[in-house]
Amino acid sequence: MVTSTATAAASSGHDWGDVAASDASLRRFLHGLPGVDQVGAEARAAGLGTRSIKTTAKAFALDLAIRMVDLTTLEGQDTPGKVRALCAKAIRPDPSDPTCPSTAAVCVYSDLVATAKEALGSSGVHVASVATAFPSGRAALDVKLADTRDAVAAGADEVDMVIDRGAFLAGRYLEVFEEIEAVRAASGPAHLKVILETGELQTYDNVRRASWLAMMAGANFIKTSTGKVQPAATLPVTLVMLEAVRDYREQTGRMIGVKPAGGIRTSKDAIKYLVMVNEVAGPDWLDPDWFRFGASTLLNDLLMQRTKMQTGRYSGPDYFTLD
Amino acid sequence: MVFEYAPAPESRAIVDIKPSYGLFVNGEFVDAHGPSFKSISPSTEEVLAEVAEADEADVDLAVKAARRAHSRVWGQMPGRERAKYLFRIARIIQERGRELAVLESIDNGKPIKETRDVDVPIAAAHFFYYAGWADKLEYSGHGTGSIGVAGQVIPWNFPLLMLSWKIAPALACGNTVVLKPAETTPLTALLFAEICQQADLPPGVVNIVTGAGETGRAVVSHPDVDKVAFTGSTEVGKAIARAVAGSDKRVTLELGGKAANIVFDDAPLDQAVEGIVNGIFFNQGHVCCAGSRLLVQESVADEVLARLRRRMRTLRVGDPLDKNTDVGAINSAEQLAKIRALSEIGEQEGAERWSAPCELPDHGFWFPPTIFTGVTQAHRIAREEIFGPVLSVLTFRTPSEAIEKANNTPYGLSAGVWTEKGSRILKMANALRAGVVWANTFNKFDPSSPFGGYKESGYGREGGRHGLEAYLR
Repeated sequence: MVTSTATAAASSGHDWGDVAASDASLRRFLHGLPGVDQVGAEARAAGLGTRSIKTTAKAFALDLAIRMVDLTTLEGQDTPGKVRALCAKAIRPDPSDPTCPSTAAVCVYSDLVATAKEALGSSGVHVASVATAFPSGRAALDVKLADTRDAVAAGADEVDMVIDRGAFLAGRYLEVFEEIEAVRAASGPAHLKVILETGELQTYDNVRRASWLAMMAGANFIKTSTGKVQPAATLPVTLVMLEAVRDYREQTGRMIGVKPAGGIRTSKDAIKYLVMVNEVAGPDWLDPDWFRFGASTLLNDLLMQRTKMQTGRYSGPDYFTLD
Repeated sequence: MVFEYAPAPESRAIVDIKPSYGLFVNGEFVDAHGPSFKSISPSTEEVLAEVAEADEADVDLAVKAARRAHSRVWGQMPGRERAKYLFRIARIIQERGRELAVLESIDNGKPIKETRDVDVPIAAAHFFYYAGWADKLEYSGHGTGSIGVAGQVIPWNFPLLMLSWKIAPALACGNTVVLKPAETTPLTALLFAEICQQADLPPGVVNIVTGAGETGRAVVSHPDVDKVAFTGSTEVGKAIARAVAGSDKRVTLELGGKAANIVFDDAPLDQAVEGIVNGIFFNQGHVCCAGSRLLVQESVADEVLARLRRRMRTLRVGDPLDKNTDVGAINSAEQLAKIRALSEIGEQEGAERWSAPCELPDHGFWFPPTIFTGVTQAHRIAREEIFGPVLSVLTFRTPSEAIEKANNTPYGLSAGVWTEKGSRILKMANALRAGVVWANTFNKFDPSSPFGGYKESGYGREGGRHGLEAYLR
C-alpha cells in the first residue's frame, strides 16, 4: 500500500498523502467530493446546448472539431486495408481541399497499431490503441499489461484503457486505482486515456468519482465510453467530467484532457460539446491536446458542413469519402 | 485559442409594431380620451410605439363592457364552452410564439432566450391548464359561481406571463376582465388583444386599458369591479389595499420579495452555483421571487464565491435579441437609477462590490451582474428589494442561524435550499416563512403549482387549484 501511494505521487505529480492507502481512504475522499444534482446538471447541459453558433464562430468550431477527432475503427472485421484507408482519410480528410486540417489521431485495436503507424508516417497524426481487454476490461491484470505493452511496442502514441467497472461499482476503489497506475507505468511514453464507461457507472456521482480516481492514478485523459455500451457519450456526462478536470487543475495545477466517445454524429452535436468545453472547463481546453472526439461518422458531417460554409452549397454524402 | 461567438440575432421581421395603439374595449381597438405615451425599447432607447392612456371615463367604458359580457354571455356560458376559447387562445399563443417572444424581448429588454424558452411557453401552459379546469369547477372545492368583473393590474417584469396568470384563471371561472399592463411594457398585451379577436372571444370578455398609475387606480377603485388582482411593488400593493378597504371587492396581491437562497456545505456545489446565478440574474433580477440574498454556510463560503465569480465571468450581457445573450437590459431609466442608488448605498455601508467584467452597450439601460460580499442583516441591500442583477451575500454557521436570517425580513415570497440531505430539505421547508420553497433548484414555475407570499409579499395564491379560489364563489 505504501508503494502505491508513492507511485501515485510520481505518476500524477501531486502528493495525495494517505488518500490512496486503502479502499476506505479512497472511499472517504471520493465520497467527500461535492455531489452532482442530476436535474441541475442535465438542465445546465441542455442550456449550453441552446447556444447559437453561426458564421465565423461556426467555421472556427468546425475546423477545431476536425482537429480533435480520434478517427476510430474498433470492429472484429477490421483489416489492414481498412486501417490504411482510415489513415489516409485522417491525414487528408477532404482530398479536394488542402486547407482542411488533419484529425488528431486514428484509434484502432492494438494488433493494427503497426499498420496504422506505417500508414501515418510523419504526418503528425497520432496512433491511439485501445488496450486492457477492451471493451469489457474482463481479464487478468498481467494480460491487460501485456496488451498495453504490445500496443506501445508497436508504436502507439496513445493508449485508451478501460477501467474495471465491476471493481468500481463494488467499491474496490484501490484495485481500480492500482490497475490504472500499472497501465500508466506499462504505457511508458504513451499518453494514457482512461475510459470510464459512464453508461455502466449510471450515476453522475459515480462519473465524478471515477474521474477523480483516474486523474489521481495518473491518467492524461479521461474518456467517457468504449462506444460499445449505450448510452455512450452524453452532454451531461461530459459536463461532469469537464467540471472534474477544471477542479483538478485548480487543486493540483495539472491539466487533464477529456474525450467523449460514441454517439456524437453531427456537427451540431460537436459544436455543443465545444461550447461546453469553452464555458465550463475554459478556453485552455479548446485544443486537440486537451479535448478529443472519439468518432467515425462525425468526420463526414463536419466536412459536409465545412464545404457548405465555404461554398454556400450543401453537397450530398456521395461527395465525401466513406471509410 | 479563443472561441468568439459571432452575433446570432433573432430576426425582428416577424413582428409588426404599429406606430400607435388604442385601447382594447368590447372586442375593438378604440381611441382614448387622454393623451398618449411612448413605449421604448430599453436596450436601445428607440421609440417603439405611441400608446393610448386611458382615463377614468375610458376605464368606465371598459368595465361596462366587461359587465355586459359577464351578465349576457360569459357568465352564462357552460364551462366546457369557455374551455374551448381558452384552448384556442393557448394554441394561438403557441403558434405565434416566436412573434410574442421577439416583441416581448424588444419591449421589455429581456433576452430572447428567456422569452422563447420561459415566458411564452409558460404563458401558453397557463391557458392550457386553466382551460382544463373550466368544466371541472365543481371539483375545485372553491364553488362554481363566477365573481363578475375582475380588475387586474400587472407589472413590467413578465408582461405576457403575468397577463396569462391573471386572465386564464379569471376566464376559466366565468369572470370577465379589465387588465392594465405596465406603462413600460404594453405591447405584448396589445398583441394578446389581437389574439382574443383571432380566437373569436366574445366582445368585452377581455378588455385591455393601457396607461400608468392613474389608470391603474381607476381600474382597482372602479365601483363595479368585483375583484382586484395586482402584481407589483409592495408600496403600490398597500395603496390598493387601502383603496379597496371597506368595499366588498375581493383582493389578491402578489408583491415584493427578498428571498434567501440557502447553500449548505453538503450541497451539489456546481448546481448550486447555477441556481444562484439563475436565482438572481434570470430576467436581470427583475423577479419578485429572485434569490437576492445568498446565505452560504461559512465552511464553503470561499469556495462557493470563487465558483460563482468564475461562472459570472461567462455571462453574456448585451443585445436582448441575440440568441446567446444571458442577461439583457434593465427595463427603464427609473429602475436603473434605483438599482444604482441602492448599490451605492451598499458600498457606503461597507459591503464589498464585485461586478462581472463585461462591456455594456452605449445606448439603453444596463447594469452588470454584481455581487456584494461582507453583507450583514443590518445593511439596506440585505433588507430592501433591489429588483436588479445585484446579489447580497451573507454567511451562516448552523441550520438554525440560516432559518433565523432567512425569515428576518418583512417579505416572504420564496426561498431556496441547497443540500444533498433530504431530511434537512423538509425541515427547512417547514421552518421557512415563504410561499414557495425550492429545493436544489430555483425559479421554477408551473401552472399547476400555486405561487404567492407571506407577510409584505402579499396574499392570495395564483396557479394550481389554489389559484381558482380568488375567482370563484
